[in-house]
Amino acid sequence: MDLNVGFLLLSLVKISAVLAWVYGLIQVLGLRSTWARLGGLLAAFGIIQLAIAVPVGDTVVLNDFDLGLLYQAATMAMVALGLNLIYGFNGQFSLGQWGFYGIGAYASADITYRWTNGDARGLLVLGIGSILGWLVILYIGRYLQRYRGVPVLSAFTLYLLGTVVAGAVAVFIGNLLNPLFMPLLGQSNAPGPLNSGVAVQVVFFLSVLIAGVFAAGIGFLFGLPVLTLGSDYFGIATLGFSIVIQTLMVNSDTILPFPEMKGGRGMIGIPKLTTWFWAFLFLVLVIVIMRNLIHSSTGRAILSVREDETAARVMGIDVARYKLMAFAMGSLFAGVGGGVYAHFIGFLSPGTFDFLIGFNPLIIVVFGGLGSMSGTITASFGWIFFLEGLLRVILGQLGTEAPTWRFVLYPIALLLLMLLRPQGLLGTVEWGFLKAREEPTAPREGHPAPAPAKQ
Amino acid sequence: MELRHTTSEMVVPTLEIRGLTKYFGGLRAVNGFDLTVRRGDLAGLIGPNGAGKTTVFNMVSGLYLASGGEVLFQGTSTAGLEPFEITQLGVGRTFQNIRLFPNLTVLDNVRIAYHPHAGYGVMDAILRRPKFHLGEREITDRARHFLSIFKLEGIQNELAKNLPYGQQRRVEIARALACTPNLLLLDEPAAGMNPAEIVTLMELIHFIRDRFELTILLIEHQMRVVMGICEHITVMDFGEVIARGNPREIQDNPKVIEAYLGKGSANAA
Repeated sequence: MDLNVGFLLLSLVKISAVLAWVYGLIQVLGLRSTWARLGGLLAAFGIIQLAIAVPVGDTVVLNDFDLGLLYQAATMAMVALGLNLIYGFNGQFSLGQWGFYGIGAYASADITYRWTNGDARGLLVLGIGSILGWLVILYIGRYLQRYRGVPVLSAFTLYLLGTVVAGAVAVFIGNLLNPLFMPLLGQSNAPGPLNSGVAVQVVFFLSVLIAGVFAAGIGFLFGLPVLTLGSDYFGIATLGFSIVIQTLMVNSDTILPFPEMKGGRGMIGIPKLTTWFWAFLFLVLVIVIMRNLIHSSTGRAILSVREDETAARVMGIDVARYKLMAFAMGSLFAGVGGGVYAHFIGFLSPGTFDFLIGFNPLIIVVFGGLGSMSGTITASFGWIFFLEGLLRVILGQLGTEAPTWRFVLYPIALLLLMLLRPQGLLGTVEWGFLKAREEPTAPREGHPAPAPAKQ
Repeated sequence: MELRHTTSEMVVPTLEIRGLTKYFGGLRAVNGFDLTVRRGDLAGLIGPNGAGKTTVFNMVSGLYLASGGEVLFQGTSTAGLEPFEITQLGVGRTFQNIRLFPNLTVLDNVRIAYHPHAGYGVMDAILRRPKFHLGEREITDRARHFLSIFKLEGIQNELAKNLPYGQQRRVEIARALACTPNLLLLDEPAAGMNPAEIVTLMELIHFIRDRFELTILLIEHQMRVVMGICEHITVMDFGEVIARGNPREIQDNPKVIEAYLGKGSANAA
């Protein structure tokens, strides 16, 4: 029953250090000089890597448990950033983010699982399918631009047919090319040359990217008809999406042809390939892409949709296009996060992707501040480290059932925050790198007025 | 471009509305509305509350689908076009109840209007290619230039929602102009303004028309505002045109007086 005070203090120090590290990372990314930025990034990566790897006495600064928390936090940050793009910046209340996270996790895990078991079809089919699918989508999009007033459902049917054909072609090519790879892959007990260390790392990297692109494609197809709904209806529809995805996961070995996913029993044997390097790399990639997108003309167009849809339409903004873009991009981030998660945990169960747990990223986004990337990242790390790190362990010392109390404590914290600071922890404040950086210009006298750009 | 202006657009009116009709369920909001606005005109559309003026605007800018009739902008029909496409053709507008992007800065409000002319794509932005920096500099330069014309450069970093009413109107007009329109639709620009502010606004409208070679169509609820600045006036009541002409003719038209003051007032006046 007695609380270990030393452990409590140590945990608090660790949490503060991690949050300070997050703040530092965002500042370091914003350094002006390229060399300083690279050096800072290396330092941000290296500090944690040292804390993991270098023993101090008979222990390390960050043990496996802490490392697991770091991976979870990085994953959560990617998923929550995606949701913030959809909800915080674009104003579309979505509960489907967790579904895209699941799609990414399963897609990525399937690729590496099959690869390490001597089957290249996962990589070939999903890789070729995702690329072909997106090419088809972009081509159809360009084609449809020539016609006025195509109804959304007709366009959707066209896109769906196009992507299904692309998928079928990918399956065909995958089956055709697979025999070429099989001898090189070997079997799990006798790995071939393409299953050596470096090759597997490359496949893992590709699998995470493909998972993101694949999730974005699904996001596009789902979002196209559904984003025309008003906000509440859209929220319900995305909730439905999460449930559909989870149901498909539970039945992945029966109604879907994926016996290796083992349905409701959960997918086991996923190679644990996520290292701190990969988690860090993907996190930084997502942060940079998100920031570059938001602080651009496209980002302002995305924001204008949230602010006033009618005004945006009259200002020449193609509202449907930017809703779809934000939604697909948010799904991409979730898919990438899912890929990193799957290879860290090594086991995927449909229970993880239950829509109730899917509220976590939503809570994080609101907690950190709608429309604040810094807030989302900080809240993700804080959330995981406080809830799964500190509270679970501390409460665990009070009894075996006590950790459940954390699900009572955090809603109270959330309630208090909403009462005291309804705009979230950071509101819309951004730090360092994530702040808007103005191009160095000064209003010039006699600058030619914009020509009437019409023919 | 200049050459083409002189040949074709002298003949083709900037805006031509023919038989425009709008039903909301069984309610006929606009019925057989005709209007021609020539290039360089400053035209007014007036009428009592609920006459259907804003409904006409919403159909011209594409927010409402017309139940009948057609809108020709510079000779081309805008039927079936999305509002953003109509804006990109060159129709800018403001709203009766100001619709700025409240949580964005004044500068961003204006920069958003430039988006269709940004000159760089999503990939340029994500990869921060040189094209992005060039485009962004251009957009920001233009937006700042615009704000300085409207004497708003001092407040460019304020959030739009924190501005006083009169300034919000100015920002909204600046934003509409940043869409680089040929035709500007102003929906009750003087609503909620005091007499002194109205005088400034009228000067501003004259100024922007000459400065940007615009064609302007404005809705006004108060007749005396329109009388001062408009050259051609169309009066609507119950969704139909009841009078057209220059301010003098309108002022003396018994139908107009009746619409505004009620039956019997025409004789008294």
